[in-house]
Amino acid sequence: MTTTQERALPAVPVAEAPPIERVHPSPGRGGLAAVASRSLPIVPIVGAVLVWHLLTRYDVIAWVRFDKIPGPLDVYHSLRVQLETAEFRQHVVSSLRRILSGFALASLVGVVVGIGIGRSKVVAALLRPLIEIARPIPAIALVPLAILLFPTSEQGIVFITFFAAVFPVTVATIHAMKTLPLVWMDAASTLGARRRQVLFHIVLPGAMPAIFSGLSVSMGVAWICVISAEMISGQFGVGYWTWMSYSLLDYSGVVAGMLTIGAMGFTTSWLIERLGRRVNRWLPGEAR
Amino acid sequence: MSSAAVATTDAGAPVDLDNIRIDYPDGPAAQIDLKVDPGEIVMLLGPSGCGKSTILRALAGLQPIAAGAARIDGLVHNGPEAHCAMVFQEDALLPWRTARRNVEFALAMRGVPRRERKQLALALLDQVGLTPFADHLPKQLSGGMRQRVQLARTLAAEPRVLLMDEPFGALDAQTRLDMQELLVSVWQQRRTTVLFVTHDVEEALLLADRVVVLTPRPARVARIVAVARPRDPDAQLHPEFALQGKEILALLGHGQFPSH
Ligand SMILES: Nc1ncnc2c1ncn2[C@@H]1O[C@H](COP(=O)(O)OP(=O)(O)OP(=O)(O)O)[C@@H](O)[C@H]1O
Ligand SMILES: [Mg+2]
Repeated sequence: MTTTQERALPAVPVAEAPPIERVHPSPGRGGLAAVASRSLPIVPIVGAVLVWHLLTRYDVIAWVRFDKIPGPLDVYHSLRVQLETAEFRQHVVSSLRRILSGFALASLVGVVVGIGIGRSKVVAALLRPLIEIARPIPAIALVPLAILLFPTSEQGIVFITFFAAVFPVTVATIHAMKTLPLVWMDAASTLGARRRQVLFHIVLPGAMPAIFSGLSVSMGVAWICVISAEMISGQFGVGYWTWMSYSLLDYSGVVAGMLTIGAMGFTTSWLIERLGRRVNRWLPGEAR
Repeated sequence: MSSAAVATTDAGAPVDLDNIRIDYPDGPAAQIDLKVDPGEIVMLLGPSGCGKSTILRALAGLQPIAAGAARIDGLVHNGPEAHCAMVFQEDALLPWRTARRNVEFALAMRGVPRRERKQLALALLDQVGLTPFADHLPKQLSGGMRQRVQLARTLAAEPRVLLMDEPFGALDAQTRLDMQELLVSVWQQRRTTVLFVTHDVEEALLLADRVVVLTPRPARVARIVAVARPRDPDAQLHPEFALQGKEILALLGHGQFPSH
């Protein structure tokens, strides 16, 4: 297996060599180094697309087979056509709605449960074991149950997304409760803060850095689950659409769907990252 | 004199440490019997790790008292009390709030209406010389500046007992003098009872009515020195000052040979 793979690889550097040389010698006035460092991220991307193009254009078959794989131009075309159609946009909106409801619900429940477990021995004793039992179950394994449980597949998919996304936030929040400097709480209570005020003015803002790192993990797994659940049981959504394209032998559509999912995932993660930076700009490592 | 009207409601509360013992899991940290009069300034001095912070924390209600009773204004309290505000030895500012918003937090907890908070906070920051830094986050301030914000925040709580745990340790000589003057002037207005931990014998003698020298852990009262001329600007010129300083240093184990 490995030997055949190695045989396929030499095609890559040979194909990749020319673009690298073409990108580099483009010295602007702002200094060669600056241009180089700015164009550096583009090099592998352009290279990958070019390799993809060549592999599919010449239907390379070397253990892996590229003869049925659509090329970048086919995909670009399919994407342009699809983005024009109201139906495709409807699928995008469906997926976004599912992920946002599942994720929002998971964030809320995760933070509340996490704070409860982190700050109350009783809540910890009650919920910790249940969470430890449920957590290792991959959310996607709940699809059959979700179909049986919920009247519509819509609710089932949101439930699965919620289930996947809730644990990373919960665990991050529990952890944050343990690492909060006690002196913040002490200072607040000597100034006359009550439990509720300590919760909202100290605990919550102090835990935000950890909560946000939990949220970005949650967003990642939420996308995995939304798309998989849509592929298995959906009637709408980009996951469903991608799988449908596969069933209809529309392979450019499959890749167009993949790229759409990637773009949505990137956007949501970026939004969380931005929000997190804003909320946590007091951290020593964040420039103001 | 001018503060007579204030004194009736806002004045310092008496503090009575009635044979209290404070324990950590590895043994007792302090065993103290001490009465502090209302409006008195008492300085606590003792070797590092003897239990000074522990005593203040217990008074602030942050540390359980294992035996005996701590009475503030005659009442045994359990739990943190607003009228016992504390300047912490460590960095206790809320890092996500600017200097001004840290002070406003104390005002909010005291129940000051939202509209009035900003002005009051700015006035307090002005007192500690930090007007230009009101909108800076703690991470943008130096250690000494953060300590001054903490002082402003603690004063904002208008406590009847002010607990100060080495508040001026990180300051340069000039700022330190300014802060000591500020403390004295605030004290003159409000006659707050002050329990103040320091390592600086001179500071103790300059500010205190009484200096309490503590033994190594568990902290017990080794000696109480009644300062001859409390807060007299010329006190340092008088021979008692040097004598008392030497006496305290000797108790702390430094000037073992007070020969001359
Ligand atoms: N949370 C804690 N748990 C257990 N032991 C503690 C705790 N905090 C302090 N101690 C111990 O109690 C003793 C007194 O500590 P404390 O902080 O009161 O000393 P201190 O007199 O304020 O010292 P310093 O002058 O260095 O600030 C020390 O021996 C310390 O190791
Ligand atoms: Mg201390």
